[in-house]
Amino acid sequence: MTTVAPLVEVDGLVKHFPGDRGPWPLARRRRPVRAVDGVSLRIAAGRTLGLVGESGCGKSTVGRSILRLIEPDAGRVVLDGVDVLACRPRELRALRRRMQIVFQDPYGSLNPRMTVRQALREPLVIHHLARGPEIDRRIAGLLEEVGLDAAFADSYPHELSGGQRQRVGIARALSVEPSFLVLDEPVSALDVSVQAQVLNLLNELQQRRKLTYLFIAHDLAVVRHSADEVAVMYLGKIVEQGPAETLYRAPRHPYTASLLSAVPVPDPRVSRQRIVLQGDVPSPANPPPGCPFHPRCPHPSKNDRCRTEPPALRVVGPDQLAACHFAEEPM
Amino acid sequence: MTEPLLRVRDLKTYFVTERGGGTARAVDGVSFDVHPGETLGIVGESGCGKTVTSLSILRLIPEPPGHILSGSLIEFEGRNLLTLRPPELRAIRGNEVAMIFQEPMTSLNPVFTVGDQIAEAAIVHQRLPRKRARARAIEMLRLVGIPDPEERVDHYPHQLSGGMSQRVMIAMALVCHPKLLIADEPTTALDVTIQAQILELLDRLQAELGMAVLLITHDLGIVAGTSDRVVVMYAGQVVETAATPELFAHPLHPYTEGLMAAVPRIDTRVSQVRGRLHTIPGQVPAASAWPAGCRFHPRCPYAWDRCTVEEPPLLDAGRGEPGSHAVRCWLLTEPRRRTRQA
Repeated sequence: MTTVAPLVEVDGLVKHFPGDRGPWPLARRRRPVRAVDGVSLRIAAGRTLGLVGESGCGKSTVGRSILRLIEPDAGRVVLDGVDVLACRPRELRALRRRMQIVFQDPYGSLNPRMTVRQALREPLVIHHLARGPEIDRRIAGLLEEVGLDAAFADSYPHELSGGQRQRVGIARALSVEPSFLVLDEPVSALDVSVQAQVLNLLNELQQRRKLTYLFIAHDLAVVRHSADEVAVMYLGKIVEQGPAETLYRAPRHPYTASLLSAVPVPDPRVSRQRIVLQGDVPSPANPPPGCPFHPRCPHPSKNDRCRTEPPALRVVGPDQLAACHFAEEPM
Repeated sequence: MTEPLLRVRDLKTYFVTERGGGTARAVDGVSFDVHPGETLGIVGESGCGKTVTSLSILRLIPEPPGHILSGSLIEFEGRNLLTLRPPELRAIRGNEVAMIFQEPMTSLNPVFTVGDQIAEAAIVHQRLPRKRARARAIEMLRLVGIPDPEERVDHYPHQLSGGMSQRVMIAMALVCHPKLLIADEPTTALDVTIQAQILELLDRLQAELGMAVLLITHDLGIVAGTSDRVVVMYAGQVVETAATPELFAHPLHPYTEGLMAAVPRIDTRVSQVRGRLHTIPGQVPAASAWPAGCRFHPRCPYAWDRCTVEEPPLLDAGRGEPGSHAVRCWLLTEPRRRTRQA
């Protein structure tokens, strides 16, 4: 896709969660939930890949599996030449310096009993990155970098607003000087005016520190603002992938087209043809046969083939991939 | 213009805060009208008072710690809901004025079937016998687009998805054909494709049943697509109100202007949006300590000394019918100051 060598390579990633037991002790185990079902991605150094989809599509599981916060069942993850899944615990800990994550919920991801200083100090000490007075200097520098006054160092999380907490979460991720960040819905919990501040901050940090981002989000408008490339997931699989510009202008998978058309536009003069999908997302424990999207698909060419033969993710245009038998035909 | 269905005048809902007997002025002098059959959108960020406003209308504010100050008026078809006795209020709640909430999963009672929950309002308000109420529940489920309503009527809430639960909530709210539906962030907890389904459903039902809708949301996109008029709230007050096309074409309050510029948009080209989003500096102040003067002045790019001491009233923008576009901002008296900063 780009001439730069990819920093992150993911191939055939699979993660199935064991099914719940039913409500009764003797009930049979349910079918496994196929959260991630063969996902492959490449992210070039210094670029942002947006990973979008609705709840339950497996996008967060992909992000966590790459960092091995969840152990995937199969596949290959390579970070800058290092096979992440083959790492032993000690090597993995060292590798965590290079890859970090920012979580969605800035309320749940900071320890309420630790001050900001303690939260930022811990990774510095664990990874032997600073000692003595150098630690406080580093902490002040990190806070300044994420746009917080150094006086916040002695605050507890409950004294901070959502936007301030998210800045602390970003500072914590940056403290070990990673090259790759998984941003798991980093602005979804924030108000619009604060969301814009945090998005701008993430863009500035990327440019200054040459960071590579996997930007996971359900909000296509937010991803459009941040991503160079976009991958769309549905029921554990990537259904479309391509350069952001192309994918937003000319989506080739009917699911991408429907998602884009469902986003409300803050302009009453814009009257768009809205595709309203019927029905709910099926359960990933019991995905439909054939194309997983076929029960909701609005494509006029939909036929029996969609019901039986799963479409492969294939090249449908310059740098653009889509998993649809009819990606070439107009919607 | 027709007589308004709902008139809210100078609504003040305050809360006693836990620590040290402070007062949070969550809603502080809010006025608006809802006309029969129209959709009024109330938009604002967390803590602006939009939800407290909607809960105050049906007197669902827990007292204490909250209380609605005397001098506030909430008039529905000429009756002041704030002075009604409990039985009279019950005759309106869920009957003439109904409400749906953000979290459909937690708003349904887990131990009753959806049919029982929908039928309840019909039994209580319209005195339908059980059998007919059940038939009515099935009819409502069909109306809100739930497949196999005869079967679904006996399901429990945990058997439904989020979108289905919100449809059931809407069925419950509409069973008595209310004249006003208050919808508080009805799609915020839902995925975008399900949100589109629910918005389309509300639109269709409003046209079929001719009810008015008071839509509370933080999403300017939803307001643009559904509302006839918009009220923008900030820090417990109405800061701007106008017809939807007018508001989006000519936002006059610096907060409205900033909010619109801060929203990442899906319909603009990547090359235009990559780079910096417009931001509003700082954050929403706490309800127990609104800033003096204009409550937006610490975040406003145009603020001058007058804004820090003197609170602006809602001023008529002088566009269209008198009062149709009103703005709580001193810039209206000194418009040339707007160009200085922008």
